[in-house]
Amino acid sequence: MIILRLAIRNLRGAGLRTWLNAIALSFAFVAIIFGQGMLRGMNKQAEDASTAFEYAGGQYWHEDYDPYDPLTLENAHAPVPPVLESLAAAGKAAPILVIPGSIYPQGRLKPVLLKGIDPAQKVVAIPTAALGDTTEDLPLLIGSRTATATGLAVGDQVTVQWRDADGAFDARDGRVVQIMETSVGTVDIGQVWLPLAQLQELAGMRGEATLVTVARGLGRTGHDRIVLNSDRVPNGAGWQFRDPEFLLSDLRQMVASKTIGQSIMFVVLFLLAMLAIFDTQLLSVFRRRREIGMLIALGMTRAQVIVLFTLEGALHSIFAAILGTLYAGPLFIYLNRNGFTIPGMDSFGFALGDRLYPAFTAGLIFGTTVLVFVVTAFVAWLPARRIAKLKPTDALAGRGT
Amino acid sequence: MTRNCILCLCLSLGLCLAAEAPSGAEILKKVDENGYAATRVAVSEMVIHLARNTRTVRAKSWVEGADKSFTEFLYPARDAGTKMLKLKDELWMYTPETDRTIKISGHMLRQSVMGSDLSYEDMMEDRKLVDLYDAEVTGEDKMLGRPCWIVKLTAKAPDVSYYSREVWVDKERYLPLREDRFAKSGKLLKTTEVKSVAQYQGRWFADRATFKDALRSGEGTEFVVDSLRLNVPIPDYIFSKASLRK
Repeated sequence: MIILRLAIRNLRGAGLRTWLNAIALSFAFVAIIFGQGMLRGMNKQAEDASTAFEYAGGQYWHEDYDPYDPLTLENAHAPVPPVLESLAAAGKAAPILVIPGSIYPQGRLKPVLLKGIDPAQKVVAIPTAALGDTTEDLPLLIGSRTATATGLAVGDQVTVQWRDADGAFDARDGRVVQIMETSVGTVDIGQVWLPLAQLQELAGMRGEATLVTVARGLGRTGHDRIVLNSDRVPNGAGWQFRDPEFLLSDLRQMVASKTIGQSIMFVVLFLLAMLAIFDTQLLSVFRRRREIGMLIALGMTRAQVIVLFTLEGALHSIFAAILGTLYAGPLFIYLNRNGFTIPGMDSFGFALGDRLYPAFTAGLIFGTTVLVFVVTAFVAWLPARRIAKLKPTDALAGRGT
Repeated sequence: MTRNCILCLCLSLGLCLAAEAPSGAEILKKVDENGYAATRVAVSEMVIHLARNTRTVRAKSWVEGADKSFTEFLYPARDAGTKMLKLKDELWMYTPETDRTIKISGHMLRQSVMGSDLSYEDMMEDRKLVDLYDAEVTGEDKMLGRPCWIVKLTAKAPDVSYYSREVWVDKERYLPLREDRFAKSGKLLKTTEVKSVAQYQGRWFADRATFKDALRSGEGTEFVVDSLRLNVPIPDYIFSKASLRK
């Protein structure tokens, strides 16, 4: 306790030098928490949006379906297994048929994926109810990005072309009945949504689908777990279950890759702050030799003196945390509640929406504080080790180190 | 008596006309025969009318029967050296910039060739019409000042790319002078209109035609034949993947 009081008194005595170090360290502190909070926020937001609009509780894929290989789409369709059909009838699953096609907005050819989905489904947040408009021969739903890229607006007529199951060309004029706003580009860019039954009919693929998205929470309770037991019916029919962990893994990898890039910046910032602490400690040990000699002469062991100096260094991180809380705390609370807009957020490559809400969790703040404290203590201890080699007589005379 | 004579005259005239008009299948057979040569070597140009400009692509093609063809692009400089090889229903493309040969398959076959109105699939089409379609003569018309049969083709099998076609066939030369291709829904998808014809080794071929994707805006793609040699020997190595990199 005496050591702690002494350390605080010494730091206060050092005046501006202490505060300059604490301010430099607090910048690193705040930058790390802000950056990590941003990434966590991005990750959470993208996962929530992707789950809501695309993955829900997971997807059954036709065995030939590979979303990254459009060449697989021609063969990736089969009748929906009865067990999934019954789930769909109960509103717990949404079969989706995907076929490659083209649209011709303003006479320009644009390759797209035509996706058939039940207008009444509630499994994903895509506003498919608009496709239930029976007054239109071929109602079409597109996302805002596709609308911008093609210049299409609600009410516009556009020719849609595809090949049926036998490979014959077919084309119809459809009408855009709704443009959906979604942050999930993978249900928007280059995609046109149609009523499932109609696409199945037009493509000669009655009752068929490419994938079946199941509702959230399925597979966790008794009946559903039996139904969705991947060793039972669906797999036997050539369908493979992809759980949300699998479906979100690409997204997580993308966030992880961005985390690595950001971490390099944090390390540089942190190193600069640690360099300041190290320099200060080194200077203290050199300039305060007489004081060290006096403390040892008064009965303190060398180890106690090392602890004192290490504590002085480590306390910079506590001061930095207090300072950071004072000037960045209100900002973090504001951003956590209201989010903020980054220009070109769509170009980040995953679903972020209009605003980004950073996630400054207690765990993040506490973890970062502990990490900074431990690293600062270590950096403070490195120069303080020299005290162990100091002779009290030399120290009192202002020699040594 | 006079009435009977007139009736007999009309009947015999009608029978004569009916005898003159070949069936759709016969017309198709003759069209296929006219277009077939054991081998063909042609130098041609595609004039592609794009939204803002026009570009011309020149190519030399070697064709053997219906299964083998090899095309080398000669002009413009950026496309020169690009080669395509078709063996039966497979297509490979070599680009000198990447020094790679890729197989064009699946949905890529539907993409346009060099930005033209022709898809790779259109270029690959080789099966005889008579094998693919039932034909019916639906009328007569004049194209390029020549009398034509209008023949309506309907796919025999469901796996034919274009469910129906309407072809204007020169009555004397059995050369298609215009063709409209339709989707299953009846929507017009592509048109071909012959602008001029020429005789090569005693046979008539279109030497200038315009292909148009009817769903796209624009003026379509002109196809101009500069030279055409029929039934000339072509070495086997031309139709090998090794020749793509030569």
